[in-house]
Amino acid sequence: MKTYLPLLIVLVLTSAYGIWWKRAQGAIRSNKAIPGHRLSAEVLGEPLGSRATMVQFSSAFCTPCRATHALLSQMVIPMDDVKHVQIDAESHLELVRQLDIRSTPTTIFINKDGIEVGRAAGTPKRDQVLAALANIK
Amino acid sequence: MSEVLEKPEVQKIYIDARGPRFSASITAVVLATALVTHNVWVLVAQGLVFLIGATRGPQFTPYGLIFKNVVKPRLKKVAPTEDVRPPKFAQSVGFAFALVGVLGAFADRGLVFTVATSFALAAAFLNAAFNYCLGCEMYLLLVRFKNK
Repeated sequence: MKTYLPLLIVLVLTSAYGIWWKRAQGAIRSNKAIPGHRLSAEVLGEPLGSRATMVQFSSAFCTPCRATHALLSQMVIPMDDVKHVQIDAESHLELVRQLDIRSTPTTIFINKDGIEVGRAAGTPKRDQVLAALANIK
Repeated sequence: MSEVLEKPEVQKIYIDARGPRFSASITAVVLATALVTHNVWVLVAQGLVFLIGATRGPQFTPYGLIFKNVVKPRLKKVAPTEDVRPPKFAQSVGFAFALVGVLGAFADRGLVFTVATSFALAAAFLNAAFNYCLGCEMYLLLVRFKNK
């Protein structure tokens, strides 16, 4: 007995989700910050950038983490006041929970005081990163 | 700060990134067939493919071998590579769904078969159509949940 109904439901739901997911990937949002949370040099294990730091949470089972790392670490080379730090999410679960990070790569943009000003899940676009960094004073 | 990511003992194998996506397309068609015909043996076959992908690696599944021997020689662009671990993780998730579906069918629970096959199909379809990264979205949540 053939039935097409389950197939139809799966295709409609996953297409809708897939389109939403694709659009949200890499977008830098400023409304996801945890109020009152501050990332410090002690937590990160290295000093913060003098103006901004991009803290990238990565995991082993994540293909776009590599591309994100390549993009961000490349971008900060000519910037002397911005740093890029990569953190293995799995071995920093406490921090992952505090910041409510659900997927990798997630990049948190913090200012010189360690306060989050934006975050991006997925690989952000170069222009978006530049715009986000320009907004951090 | 990325001790685990850069561990030398975590042997890094890089494969052609187009392979897993090609395999996901075939997987989606096979799972759609299983869902429409409600045939458990189609799911058993796909489950075995997932098992090879999860244990030996996605490049060793029948779909991976078709990609390597038939599709890849016809592609002209330089191959983008990817770490083998993310697609391997996705194959284990697929295997888990297939296992549940097969057990459901043999226990005469048609709904379990339908739901499990639907989830496996959803993952394969997302991967094929949107280059969705299952490991990125699921792995951290699993670890967070497991270590509560």
